[in-house]
Amino acid sequence: MDHPVQTDFLRWIVLLPLIGAAVNGVLGAVLQKRMGKWAISLLACAPVLISFLLSLQAFLNLLALRPENRFLIDRLYPWLSLGSLKVDVAFWVDPLSAVMILVVTGIGGLIHIYSTGYMHEDKSYWRYFAFLNLFTFAMLVLVTGDSLLLMFVGWEGVGLCSYALIGFWYHDHVNTRAGNKAFIVNRVGDFGFVLGIFLIFWSLDKQGHGTMTFREIQQFASLLEGQQVWGIGVVTLATLFLFVGATGKSAQIPLHVWLPDAMQGPTPVSALIHAATMVTAGVYMVARLHFLYSAAPETLLVVAGVGIATALFSATVALTQTDIKRVLAYSTVSQLGYMFLGAGVGAYGAAIFHLMTHAFFKACLFLGSGSVIHAMSGEQDMRKMGGLRQKLPYTFWTFAIAVLAIAGTPLTAGFFSKDEILWQAFSSAHGSPLFWVLGVAGAGMTAFYMFRQFFLVFFGQCRADHHTQEHLHESPSSMTLPLVLLAIGSIAAGWIGLPAVFGGSRFAEWLEPVFGAHHEAHASATLEEILMAASVGVAALGFYLAYLMYYKGKLAPERFSSLAGGLFYRLFHNKYYIDEIYQVVFVGGTLLLARIGAWIDRYIIDFIVDGSAKTTAFISWFNGLFDNHVVDWLVNKIADTTFEAGDRFRKVQTGNINGYLYVILGAVLIAMIIKLRYWS
Amino acid sequence: MAIGLTHYLVLGAILFSLGLYSVLTRRNAIAILMGVELILNGANINYVAFSHFSTGGLDGQIYAIFVIMLAAAEAAIGLAIVLAIFQIFHTIDVGAVETLKE
Repeated sequence: MDHPVQTDFLRWIVLLPLIGAAVNGVLGAVLQKRMGKWAISLLACAPVLISFLLSLQAFLNLLALRPENRFLIDRLYPWLSLGSLKVDVAFWVDPLSAVMILVVTGIGGLIHIYSTGYMHEDKSYWRYFAFLNLFTFAMLVLVTGDSLLLMFVGWEGVGLCSYALIGFWYHDHVNTRAGNKAFIVNRVGDFGFVLGIFLIFWSLDKQGHGTMTFREIQQFASLLEGQQVWGIGVVTLATLFLFVGATGKSAQIPLHVWLPDAMQGPTPVSALIHAATMVTAGVYMVARLHFLYSAAPETLLVVAGVGIATALFSATVALTQTDIKRVLAYSTVSQLGYMFLGAGVGAYGAAIFHLMTHAFFKACLFLGSGSVIHAMSGEQDMRKMGGLRQKLPYTFWTFAIAVLAIAGTPLTAGFFSKDEILWQAFSSAHGSPLFWVLGVAGAGMTAFYMFRQFFLVFFGQCRADHHTQEHLHESPSSMTLPLVLLAIGSIAAGWIGLPAVFGGSRFAEWLEPVFGAHHEAHASATLEEILMAASVGVAALGFYLAYLMYYKGKLAPERFSSLAGGLFYRLFHNKYYIDEIYQVVFVGGTLLLARIGAWIDRYIIDFIVDGSAKTTAFISWFNGLFDNHVVDWLVNKIADTTFEAGDRFRKVQTGNINGYLYVILGAVLIAMIIKLRYWS
Repeated sequence: MAIGLTHYLVLGAILFSLGLYSVLTRRNAIAILMGVELILNGANINYVAFSHFSTGGLDGQIYAIFVIMLAAAEAAIGLAIVLAIFQIFHTIDVGAVETLKE
């Protein structure tokens, strides 16, 4: 990576969606009224699609270079220069960010097209697309920014757009609350993220190499080793802080609570932001800073632990949810947990691979569920669906493929990527068999809840009311076309990352310049095959249970939900009461703090303020008294005396000039007598 | 009998006293002004006499000329005031002019 190739088209990948957002945001209302919604659609979709083509161009450019030189950079202008802190606005594309920009612009483009159909009836059509474009811009800044600071700009930008789009239908209070929750929970994570950035810069600056760019941090990473803060290694502490940011953005325990609520936004938003792109930012960040994470084994253990815990936790919650989008939301949290498990065992390539395949099949699932909700006139409760197979053929088939993919059916994308993670969790130096067992258990649950949803929605008798049934219709082609393309991706995206058993992964090879040479596990290929078969077997078991319960109806779900007196069911169904606990501890705690503050304000601060006011008033009153009775008395007395004296002396002025002359004469004589008698 | 300093001083004193008498006793404004002239000229005689009998220079004579000039100015202003008084009060009796009295 010694000679990065300078280019000047990378900026357009990033800036085109910004232009789209600016035009739609400023002129959207007028355009929509004057020219109709097609103008908005064109302005919104074209920049993203052109960005996708440019991303492909960047990808081809990289491909033409030797693997160790695969690195494009586009410097726009120097942004900050404060002391030793120098930051350029520069975009770079290496194999890792190339994957990300292809996912963001490719899947993002499909979701833009889908949205033109889904949001067609909405009054604020232009506002929706302005934010969607702005989101695409921010996400591209996040993945292509060449420094931590620029990444943070994107990081905050996507958070803002997420907030705005969750609360898009702001007339309903529930939606705005969900938006606030997402934003506030993310603030907690961002706090950690900022501290991590500061710590890295500060520690490098102490060594005389203060920098923010990823390449230079990697170059000087060795300087950080041995440095300590509070008795903890700087690398460990910084990576842990950054991981706090990742748990916020990627909805990991304990900051996962916002993602299920984020489903209040329009469904394409859930697909783009809360499944395919933004929530994977945390995984991308960990992969981007893999050299730091690999140098901090303790952090890796935390990452893997949080990942697997989240994966299992949200899989159990997803088992019992009845809202079609909430199942997918918890499934997303769970899959993100798998990605962190992969990153946590040092298999960054596997994590990014799962990120990519997950983007395809989860976007497909969300868009499919959007199509279902569209058809069901806004109904989201799966208990009121059923039998939609004939009415929505495109949705049905694409949904089926995506369900197969997420469940880990062999030869689909999900199978290869999830298996890669599980295999690495088992065999890598940071992994352990325990991770594998838990991961496979989670995979079994994934298969169960996805097929449960599949059967509930598309099979059996339709349980909707008569009115809704009459309006059932397949979605327009603008919505089914993206579904079909994403379904194809859900299968084909896996084939670029075939496991070693089937001839080696092109995907891992592609990322090799970033993550370093792939250390092929010391375990044998036979073991990998056995483990693979075991995980497929567990997934098949999950499928079979769902088949018996929700298709054949031979096995009553109540037999499981009433286990241990229904304790587990209630726990899962109520999401382990975490929302309630947070409500009491954090929201309640904040309110209590506010009340204490109010009390202090009212009774202590106000007392001091009132007291000082009263003291001042008393002093003024006393001062006034003195003024009125002493100073004024004195002044009046002087005036009176002067007046009286004048009144007496005026009688001297008689007007008789002779009289005056006598006085003068007398005075002169007296003066002379005195002079002669006493001074001479 | 040679005429010495004493004779001049006596003459000056007589003129001064006559002038003072006139200023103090007369009620006619013009008579008062004339009395003032007598006082000033009594002083002039003293100036010239002292000058002649002490140093023999011309200092006293020059002072006397200044005083004469001053007396002329004083008479001019004084007569103007008297004229104004006459126009307003139709008399030049200073006893009648007492509106400045309280």
